[in-house]
Amino acid sequence: MTMGLPCEVKAHPITGIYNGKFAVWLFLASEVMLFGALFSALVLLRAGAASWPHGYTVLNVPIGTLNTFVLISSSVTMVMAWASLKVHDFAKGRQYLLWTFLLAALFLGLKLALEYYPKFQAGHTPGHDNFYGTYFVLTGLHGLHVVGGMIVIGYFLWPGAHLWHENPEHYTNRIECTGLYWHFVDLVWIFLFPTLYLL
Amino acid sequence: MNDLRERVFIITPAAIWETEVDVHYGWWLPPNIGGDNAQGVDRLIYVVHFFMAVLFVGWGALFAYCLVRFRDRTGISAAYEEIKAKPSKYAEIGVIVFEVFLLVALSMPIWASVKTKIPTGSDVVTVRCVAEQFAWNFHYAGKDGEFGTTKATLVGTENPLGIDRSDPKAKDDIAVINTLHIPINKPVVIRGTSKDVIHSFFIPVLRAKSDLIPGMTVPIWFEAKKTGTFDIQCAQLCGNNHFKMKGQLFVDSSENFSKWLDEQAASAGGEEEEEE
Amino acid sequence: MAESHAHHAHEPQDAHGHGGDHGHGHPELPFWRKYIFSIDHKVIGVQYAVSALVFLFFGFCLMALMRYQLAYPSTPLNFLNGIFGERRWQSGFMTPDFYNELGAMHGTIMVFLAIVPVLVGGFGNFVLPLQIGAPDMAFPKLNMMSYWVYVPGGLIMLASFFTQQGAAASGWTAYAPLSVIAKNGETLWLLGMVFLITSSLLGSINFIVTVAHMRARGLSMFRLPFFVWAQLVTSFLLLLAFPPLEAAAVLQLMDRVAGTSFFLPSGLVVSGSALQVAGGGNPLLWQHLFWFLAHPEVYVLILPALGIVSEVIANNIRKPLWGYRTLVYSTIFLGFMSFVVWAHHMFMTGMGTTMSTFFQATTMIISIPSVIILTCLLLSLWGARIRYTVPMLFALAFLPMFGIGGLTGLPLGLTTSDIHLHDTYYVIGHFHYVVAPGTIFAVFAGIYYWFPKVTGRKLNDFLGKLHFWPSLIFINMVFMPMFFQGMAGVSRRLYDQTQYHSGSGVHTLTQISSWGAWLLGLAQLPFIYNFFASIFVGQKVSDNPWNATTLEWAAPSPPPHGNFAAEPVVHRGPYEYSVPGAAQDFSPQHIA
Repeated sequence: MTMGLPCEVKAHPITGIYNGKFAVWLFLASEVMLFGALFSALVLLRAGAASWPHGYTVLNVPIGTLNTFVLISSSVTMVMAWASLKVHDFAKGRQYLLWTFLLAALFLGLKLALEYYPKFQAGHTPGHDNFYGTYFVLTGLHGLHVVGGMIVIGYFLWPGAHLWHENPEHYTNRIECTGLYWHFVDLVWIFLFPTLYLL
Repeated sequence: MNDLRERVFIITPAAIWETEVDVHYGWWLPPNIGGDNAQGVDRLIYVVHFFMAVLFVGWGALFAYCLVRFRDRTGISAAYEEIKAKPSKYAEIGVIVFEVFLLVALSMPIWASVKTKIPTGSDVVTVRCVAEQFAWNFHYAGKDGEFGTTKATLVGTENPLGIDRSDPKAKDDIAVINTLHIPINKPVVIRGTSKDVIHSFFIPVLRAKSDLIPGMTVPIWFEAKKTGTFDIQCAQLCGNNHFKMKGQLFVDSSENFSKWLDEQAASAGGEEEEEE
Repeated sequence: MAESHAHHAHEPQDAHGHGGDHGHGHPELPFWRKYIFSIDHKVIGVQYAVSALVFLFFGFCLMALMRYQLAYPSTPLNFLNGIFGERRWQSGFMTPDFYNELGAMHGTIMVFLAIVPVLVGGFGNFVLPLQIGAPDMAFPKLNMMSYWVYVPGGLIMLASFFTQQGAAASGWTAYAPLSVIAKNGETLWLLGMVFLITSSLLGSINFIVTVAHMRARGLSMFRLPFFVWAQLVTSFLLLLAFPPLEAAAVLQLMDRVAGTSFFLPSGLVVSGSALQVAGGGNPLLWQHLFWFLAHPEVYVLILPALGIVSEVIANNIRKPLWGYRTLVYSTIFLGFMSFVVWAHHMFMTGMGTTMSTFFQATTMIISIPSVIILTCLLLSLWGARIRYTVPMLFALAFLPMFGIGGLTGLPLGLTTSDIHLHDTYYVIGHFHYVVAPGTIFAVFAGIYYWFPKVTGRKLNDFLGKLHFWPSLIFINMVFMPMFFQGMAGVSRRLYDQTQYHSGSGVHTLTQISSWGAWLLGLAQLPFIYNFFASIFVGQKVSDNPWNATTLEWAAPSPPPHGNFAAEPVVHRGPYEYSVPGAAQDFSPQHIA
C-alpha cells in the first residue's frame, strides 16, 4: 500500500494512532470474541461433562511450561526489534526479528513433536473425548495464529524488508502492528496454558 | 397422498394414516381445548395483537395524513424548525408501560406456571416421550406407576425405546408409537427427550410446545378439557421427513382411557393377562 | 487537523508507481486492474452490489420452486424430472431432501450472500467514503480482498448444489445434531461460512477506520449523515458478533470431520443404530454461539436499511430529519442491546424462568429504540414538502412494512405467546416483513436514489413506479397470509403442510402466498429492464439531480478515481433543507 491516504503513516490528531494500528486493535477485538467464544464453550462443556480429567494428569506440563517461556521470550525479542527500529538500527532490529521467528518455530516444533505426536500415537485424537477435542481445537487454533505470525514476520524479514529503505517509519509501524498481534498470540497462550494444563 | 410418493420416499417407522380430527382448523387460532395455561397463552396473544393493531392504526393514520397534507404543492414550503412533539413522547412512554404490563402481568405468570408448577400427585398422568427421526415414542409406566429402565443398546425396531424388559418395573410398561392417549380433565406431564436430533413437540389445540433435545429431558404439562382426536406436530426441522412426523393425540374419557390402558397392557405381554 | 488532511486530494498510485500528486493525470489501468481486481471503493461497491443482486435473484428462484411444492403438493411437474435429476426431482415431485436444501440455501444466500453484501459491501462501500469526503477507504487493498474472499464463499455455497449429496439441508441455522449427522453439503456450507465471515471481518475493520480517520475537514461525528452512523454501528456488530460464529463453525467442522462431539450428547441413536462418538457434548452450545451472532446479524440487516431510508426521506421531505441525535443514540443503543437478546430465539429449548425473564426483558427494551427510530422518521414528515420520487415511494413503503415486522416481533418476544407461535409461519412472516418489504425495499430506494451518482444517468420514473406498486401489493400477498398460517399452528419448514390438519385448513392461504411470490417475481421485470437499459440510455443528469445536501453529491457523477476534484470542507449538518433565508431549499454541506 504505497498510496498517499491520510493517516497511513502519521497518527491521526484525534485518535492518536495511524490507520494500521487502529485496524490491528479492531482485529484483536474480534480475536478476543473468537477465543472468548471458544473458552465459553470449554467452560460449558466441562461444567456439563460426566467426567473431565485434570489437565496436569494427562498433558505434558513440563513441555507446556517450557513453551510458555519460549513464547514469552519471543514477545520480548519482538519488542526489542521494534525498539531497535525506532532508534534506526535496522541490522539489530532485523536480528531480533529473526530471533522472534526462530523462537516461534521452536514453540511449534516442541508442540508438534513432543505433544501432538505422542498423543496421536497413544490414540488420544480430538475425537477421543471432549477434553482432547477442546485441547486440540484451542491449541490448534492458537498454533495456526503462531503460523500466521511467522508468515508475517518472515515477510518483513525477507521480501518485505525493502520497505525500510523506502520509508523507515512505515516499516517500523508495521513491525509495531505485527508486535501487537504477536503479544496477543502470546497472551492467548498465557490463558490457555493454565486453563488446559493446570486445571 | 398417492402411492407413488409413498414408494419413492423413505417410509417412516410408523405408518402414516389419514386421520379424522374433531375440531375445525381454520385461518385463525385453532380451538383451545387446554387448561388455564393454554387460555393464558390465548389471552396474551389477543391482548398483544389488540395493542399492535392500536399502534399500527394510530401510526398509520398519522402517516397517511402526513402523506396527503404535506405533499409537494406549489406555494408550499417545508418547515425548517423542528416541531415540538409532546404526544409522541407520551406515546412512547405509553408503549413502554404497556410492554411492562404485558411482560409482568400476562407473560411471566403463565410461563412460570408452565415451567415450574409441574403437577405432582396420584391423579397426574406421566408419559415419557422419546422423539426420533421421524416418530414419537410414548412410554407409559403401566400399573405400577414406575418406568422401567431403558438402554440405548437395546434400541431396535421391535423395541424403539430400548426398554429393559428384565427390569421388574418394566414388566407392565407400555410403549406406543405416534399415539398419545390421555384422560380428560387430568394434568398430564410429558417427560420429553430425543434419541437423535432436536425435535419440537407441538400440540396446537393445547397451546403446548417444547423442543425435545437429545441429552436433556424437558417436562411439558397440560390439561385437556375436551375429548377427541387431535394432531401432534413436529415444529423443529429434523430431517427430510420432518413433514411426516405426525402423531395423534386422543383425549379420552376416564373410562375409555382406563380401558385403553388395559388393552395395551394385555397386548404388551402374557404375564399381565394372567394377573387379571 | 489541517495537516493530516492535506493529502485528501491525492490520487492513489497505480501499479507502476506513477502516483500523480493531484487531479486525474494518472495513466489508464489495464482492464483487469480497473474493473476486476480494482482497489477503488466505487468499483468494489458496484461489484458487491451486482453480485449480491444476482444472489438475491437466485435466492428468490429457490423460493419460487419451494412455493410450488407448498401450494401444489400433489400436482406433479414431470418436465422437471430431467432438468433436476433423480436425486432432486422424482416422478414429477420435488424430493423432501431437495426441498430442505432449497430452504436452507434460500436463508443462507439471502442473509449472507445477498442482503449483507448489498447493504454493507455495496452501498456502504460506494456511498460511505463519498459521504465523508474521503478519496477512498482507509485500506483499499483490504477492501478488494474482502470482495475476493466473499466470491469464493459464494461459489462454494453454489457449488454445493452440484455435489453428489447436494447442498446443506439443515436450515440456515444449522442446528446440531441434525447438521452434524447431515450429508457432505453441510461441510461445504461451513467452509463457505468461514470465507463469508472473514470477508465481513475485513470489511468491518476497514469501515470503522475509514469513518474514524478519513472524514473531511469540518465533518464532526454529529455532522455525519445518518447512513454513515448506521454503517458504523453495523460494522461494530459484524466485527464483534461474527467471531463466535466462526468459533462455532470450527467446532461443528471438527464434529463433522474429526469425529469430536462438541455438540453431540452421549447415547445418540440415529436410524436405529448407536452413533459411534465419544459423546458428552451439548446441542444447545451451538444454538447459543449461533444466535450470539445471528441476533446482531438481524440488526446488520436492518440498520443500513434504516440509513438508506433516512437519506432518501431527508432528501424528499425538503426539511431536516426530526431528532437526528435521537436517531443516532437510538442506533448505538440498538447495537449494544443486540448482543444481549440472543436467547429469545431459544425460549422453547427447556429454558427456565430466570433466563427467560432476562431475555424477555431485554427483548422488550430493544423494541424501544426501534419505536423511537420509526417515530423520528414519521414525525419528520410533519411540515414537510414531500416529493413523491421513486426512491421516496420505496422509502415511505418501508416505514409501515418495517412497522409490521417490528410489531409482530412482540408476541414472539414474550415467552407465553411464543409457546404457540414459535417455529410456525408467524415467525417467517415476522422476519420477512423486516427484511423483505423492509430491507429489500430500502435497497431499491437506495438503488433508485444513488443510481445517478454511479452512472450519471437516472432510472426511468414510469418503469420505477411500475416496479413499485405491483411489488408493494404482491409482497404483502406473500407474507400477510403467513401470520394467519402461524396462528393456525402451521409448523415451519414443512415439505408438505397438508399432512397436518392445521396446514390443510389454511391451504388456500398457502396458495395465495405462492401466487404472490410468483407475481412478485414478475413485478421485478420492469426493474431489471430499467436497470440495464438506463446504464446506456437513461436520462443524463447533473451531479446533484435530487438537490441533495450530503457530500456524495459534491463529487462528479460518476466520481473519478480519488472522488473529489478538490478536498471538500464541511460547514454544516447533513440535512439542512429549507433553511430560512437561503436562496435555495437545500444548503449543501460543502458550500460555505
